[in-house]
Amino acid sequence: MEKQRERILKIRDLNISFKTSGGTVKAVRGVNLDLYKGETIAIVGESGSGKSVTTKAIMGLLANNGQIDSGMIEYHWNDEYTNEPKTVDICQLSEKELQSEIRGRKIAMVFQDPMTSLNPTMTIGKQIMEPMIYHYKRTKKEAYEKALELLELVGITDAEKRMKNYPHQLSGGMRQRIVIAIALSCDPYVLICDEPTTALDVTIQAKILELIQDIQKKKELSVIYITHDLGVVAKVADYVNVMYAGKIVETGTIDEIFYDPRHPYTWGLLSSMPDLDTSDDELYTIPGTPPNLAQDIQGDAFAPRNEFALNIDLREDPPMFDVPGSKSHQVASWLMHPNAPKVEMPETLRKRLELMKKKGGVKDE
Amino acid sequence: MNEQPILEVKNLKQYFKVSRRFTVKAVDGISFKIMPGQTYGLVGESGSGKSTTGRSIIRLYKPTEGEIIFNGKNISGNMSKDELKLLRTKMQMIFQDPMACLNPRRKVMDIIAEGLDIHHEYENEQDREKKVYEMLELVGLSKEHAHRYPHQFSGGQRQRIGIARAFIMHPQLIIADEAISALDVSIQAQVVNLMKKIQKKTNTAYLFIAHDLSMVKYISDHIGVLHLGHLVETGTTEEIFNNPIHPYTKSLLSAIPEPNPRVEKHRKSQTYDYESSGINYLEGTKHLVDGTHYVLATDEEFAQWTR
Repeated sequence: MEKQRERILKIRDLNISFKTSGGTVKAVRGVNLDLYKGETIAIVGESGSGKSVTTKAIMGLLANNGQIDSGMIEYHWNDEYTNEPKTVDICQLSEKELQSEIRGRKIAMVFQDPMTSLNPTMTIGKQIMEPMIYHYKRTKKEAYEKALELLELVGITDAEKRMKNYPHQLSGGMRQRIVIAIALSCDPYVLICDEPTTALDVTIQAKILELIQDIQKKKELSVIYITHDLGVVAKVADYVNVMYAGKIVETGTIDEIFYDPRHPYTWGLLSSMPDLDTSDDELYTIPGTPPNLAQDIQGDAFAPRNEFALNIDLREDPPMFDVPGSKSHQVASWLMHPNAPKVEMPETLRKRLELMKKKGGVKDE
Repeated sequence: MNEQPILEVKNLKQYFKVSRRFTVKAVDGISFKIMPGQTYGLVGESGSGKSTTGRSIIRLYKPTEGEIIFNGKNISGNMSKDELKLLRTKMQMIFQDPMACLNPRRKVMDIIAEGLDIHHEYENEQDREKKVYEMLELVGLSKEHAHRYPHQFSGGQRQRIGIARAFIMHPQLIIADEAISALDVSIQAQVVNLMKKIQKKTNTAYLFIAHDLSMVKYISDHIGVLHLGHLVETGTTEEIFNNPIHPYTKSLLSAIPEPNPRVEKHRKSQTYDYESSGINYLEGTKHLVDGTHYVLATDEEFAQWTR
């Protein structure tokens, strides 16, 4: 019997567009997403695929020229005092409600570059205390003590001394730890990490990811990772959503996506990743470039770059098809239609996945 | 194989004097060789001196000590006019951020042709144009692109322009300083493929500076691992990846995330802390492991690590 999963975030049919001088850009086109308590989901995709925009909408942080055309982002939580379940649609909230209720307090975010997300003119102690004083009206002393605790939680030694430091006095990895401490300061339920390690070294990257995992276990956080690094995804995620041109094209558990990918775009992503065993002469690249979202897209957005594209791909956008035998695995590709011709993934990728399965100890049923 | 190395770095030191009492030893005595048509990958964490090494070699800095021999000529000290010309034409650099390194107010044509302009390497206007078009074609852009401005291109295309600019002088050595770090994964693969393709055609040597080990493994023939300004381990790509000796190299290799969830979920990266490890780089000497594989260690350390 599966454990009862508690849903925290439910996004349905989210559409977001931006008005620019070049016309309306449809950045997100009908995204569905679920996040359960204590679980980690990852959103993977190229730049411009709409992964950051989706999460910014969750935080209510869209740029001024952006707007949510339709859809809902439902947030569920239990009230702190009465303990009754509550639900709110983030899309309907006013800016004031967002600022006082959601941002920081319920959902917190860790950004890519720790240098630009910290204030260079404030000591880090002040920056960690600020949200607690603002949101929970804590006294300075309480906030100070909590800040010390947080610094220890994120693995910073000599916490008391560090409170007086300025961001420029710390290394990149340290700064990112501070950002995480700030994000955790108001005890959020959801943590959104937007490429948290892209600006960091590999050695520090591993440390930061392990840190986030540790904290997640301790605090039962739900985490959303946005990244284009499949290695990071493999390390942290429970569920993976592959995004392309504003749509989620494949979603499933981590094993389903990595060992049994079905969408040609996911095949391309997995093939183009250099792993340490590759010895081919040339890295695989997905041909072509992502579509211009300012123009209307006819049919499947990936069709022009897809060597397996069917005729129907050029005319109609594929719906989400369930992969037979799985509850979580869904693919938006006409290839999954029962009447579609049977298409196998490229030979090189198949071999590579087999090798991966062997190494990971996965048995074929 | 008795070929002359295109670049030989001997005991290069680059110090920066911050104040009267404090000197930063960014690069502290490193030596390596690059053969024509080969790629040498330099890896290490930020602050290990990889970029400084690249910049000292192309003489953006004046090296404190040591020798840099490029094409048989010593370019580490004061250079004659001819030597300077050789250096400025036959060694080129590709930078990390393709937006920051292209002048936003000039057209691509003028950006790429700048080297030609400075060294007067064309006969007339048509010749200049022809050379630029050839380069654009080499990097997979088309003629029309020459009359646009950098902001009209995507990140990957901009990096191609940077590559075209470097190759127009027909260099023998290209220093690529984190040339692909700022790009998307799928674009990275395109740019790396392109660089490999051009290398096959022109037999240019690369000094490839990066912190992404999986890409370095893919593009390099030889790898040098830098830490705190010391070259702690060097060898062919296979030697380094199959048989890493130095604990720092091991920790670097263990930190690479593998796109394989079942393996990745159970792996903890190895930690390496210079201060608590008891290793002193200054006491270490170069020990030969086998072939071209060297590691920096004292005799006892070497015996312990290779046991």
